[in-house]
Amino acid sequence: MPSHSQRLLQNILNRLLDMVPTLLALVLAFLVASILLFALGADPGTAINSMLQGAFGTENATAETLVKATPILFVAIGISIAFRGGVINIGGEGQMIAGAVAGVTTALVLKDAPAIITIPMSLVMGFISGAFYGGIAGFLRAYFGVNEILSTIMLNQVAVQLMNYLLNNPLLDPAELGTNHIPKTARILAEHQLPRLTINLPEVLVSIFGHADLFAKTRLHYGLIIAIVLAILTYILLWRTTIGYRIRAVGQNERAARYAGINVKRQMMLSLVLAGGFAGLAGVVQVLGLQYRLQTDGSPAGFTASAGFNGIVAALFGGLNPIGAIPASAFFGGLLVGAQKMQRDLGVPAALITAINGLIVVFVVSSQIFTQRRQRRRANIAVATVDMPEADEPVQPVLEEVV
Amino acid sequence: MNEIFTASVFASAIRLATPYIFAGLGETFSQRSGVLNLGVDGIMLMGAFTGFYAVYITENLLIGVLVAMLTGLVMGLAVAFISVTLKAEQGISGIGVYLFGLGLSELLFQKLIGTPKSIVGFTAISIPGLSDIQFLGIGEIFFRHNLLVYVAFALVPISAYVLNRTPLGLMIRAVGQNPQAADAMGINVARVRYFTVTLGGVMSGLAGASLSIALLKVFQQNLTSGMGFIAVALVYFGGWRPFGILAGAMLFSFVNALQLQISGIGVDIPAEFAVMAPYVITIITLIFASKRTEKPTALTKPFERGE
Repeated sequence: MPSHSQRLLQNILNRLLDMVPTLLALVLAFLVASILLFALGADPGTAINSMLQGAFGTENATAETLVKATPILFVAIGISIAFRGGVINIGGEGQMIAGAVAGVTTALVLKDAPAIITIPMSLVMGFISGAFYGGIAGFLRAYFGVNEILSTIMLNQVAVQLMNYLLNNPLLDPAELGTNHIPKTARILAEHQLPRLTINLPEVLVSIFGHADLFAKTRLHYGLIIAIVLAILTYILLWRTTIGYRIRAVGQNERAARYAGINVKRQMMLSLVLAGGFAGLAGVVQVLGLQYRLQTDGSPAGFTASAGFNGIVAALFGGLNPIGAIPASAFFGGLLVGAQKMQRDLGVPAALITAINGLIVVFVVSSQIFTQRRQRRRANIAVATVDMPEADEPVQPVLEEVV
Repeated sequence: MNEIFTASVFASAIRLATPYIFAGLGETFSQRSGVLNLGVDGIMLMGAFTGFYAVYITENLLIGVLVAMLTGLVMGLAVAFISVTLKAEQGISGIGVYLFGLGLSELLFQKLIGTPKSIVGFTAISIPGLSDIQFLGIGEIFFRHNLLVYVAFALVPISAYVLNRTPLGLMIRAVGQNPQAADAMGINVARVRYFTVTLGGVMSGLAGASLSIALLKVFQQNLTSGMGFIAVALVYFGGWRPFGILAGAMLFSFVNALQLQISGIGVDIPAEFAVMAPYVITIITLIFASKRTEKPTALTKPFERGE
């Protein structure tokens, strides 16, 4: 029998090895991107340097990266739950909108209430609204067998149009009344906005940064802290509670879960409700912490800036683990912010990032065959030596889909 | 009411059905063999852009169509490699293909063309004699369309014949229904799936071109706005049968055409609700489609030999 420390070491080693295909997928995606850049007449080295500068080069750049990462992280937490539960939620965009609409409405209605009531109520309503919107797809999947990929994609489009209607009519800022108005709500009172986030550096680091209050003059807000705390709580929910165990059991083997007495339909709905709730939070936090009003240019990504899609990419890249999603979201936030500088410096359209994201999804999902092969072999060895695998080891779920 | 249901509405419904029919028929072949290709919208966007760009440069429509189909072929091969050889989860990898097509088509458009440009594109061909039928507006509705519209409608019975009446169709259905049995009978499951998914890619590329060089004669960012996903939904709605796809495509394009007509003559329905209608209808049709039993048994399941 291997000793405890040996097993722990083996476990850590296995997890590191599991990351190899994901990292290779990333390298491959950037290789293709470099070829694309080269074909477009831009030097890939200069382009990557420009992106890194844009994403992390200055204090403000880093803050902007984290600002972009915040909604992506919220969505990614939810996507991790959904994919672990065996349901494929592509509805982050629509659920974000649902959350933002409910959140901004709450904040505007409760404008006379103190911040201690208005802010939490807005967040809760945003979560509930997103959860309800995700729940529609969950209900249709569980009880009517409707493919949730297709239903969530359609619901995204419905949400965009509903938002456009609401912003042009009942929710329109009274100051904007008139024919050529911009579709936006009134501004949320200053005391009902999420506070800006400043990090007070310890004495030792002050000399490096030159001042003690890091991020003081940036747009970074407390949404990031809320997202990180929720990512950790969601990890605990998924791997340390019965609820999480049931969700993952359905995702790994629906039939086995059913034989074990788990109500599969209810778990699927729950997965999509939770995923929708987190995307809803992404929407309301975007309003309360950054924009202070709900505003759009009328296009599908006018409000969300595609965070609902980028969250899927970040979740996959984070290994469908909410804690892994934290660095993954920061990475994709950096990509987006860096791409804007690259566009200014080299004239390479920022749409390149959308294409790279697509490649990363394809490569990460395609590389899972190698991870699964290793895990299967590992499980076989474990069975052969009558050494049960660690119960809490995150195994890639088998995403099987019904329609 | 007569102002709404005019012959021109029916005629534009037929025209608007073209991309849905091309993409839906292609996806039918792919799904009948057991592969769900969710990247259709991304392939359509790439087909739409490359086809448009080829016409913009060469002013030759045939080259435009061929380039779009070639783009679809390459992307279809890639999807086949991902889902058949690498056995990747088809739903998520399809979203990756979509994002890739969405980003790359916009990138190339901004880099190579920049601002919206117009091209000549396909023009309507009036069928001598038939196009002059005044009765119920039949001439205007059916016989004054561009070439691709006629091609799309002709492909419906051809696809049905190939799927139901030829050895190739039998092979495709066998692979989608029971790959183990098909394999035991000596059918190369992977090869059949490569063929159908690549064919689906070619058809998606053509669907994109039918939008950018025939129907709208323009390219812009996200030109399809999710039409590819609706085409996938139509396959479920149509019960995996070409004539079912046709019926679904007509329903959709009719709603689309009505929506344009209603906003055109100023009926008091908020524009947002009119735009929303096709998507809501898709969801409702999916609910009804879910009761269907014709679904290929092996859909989305990678084939493992000797299990």
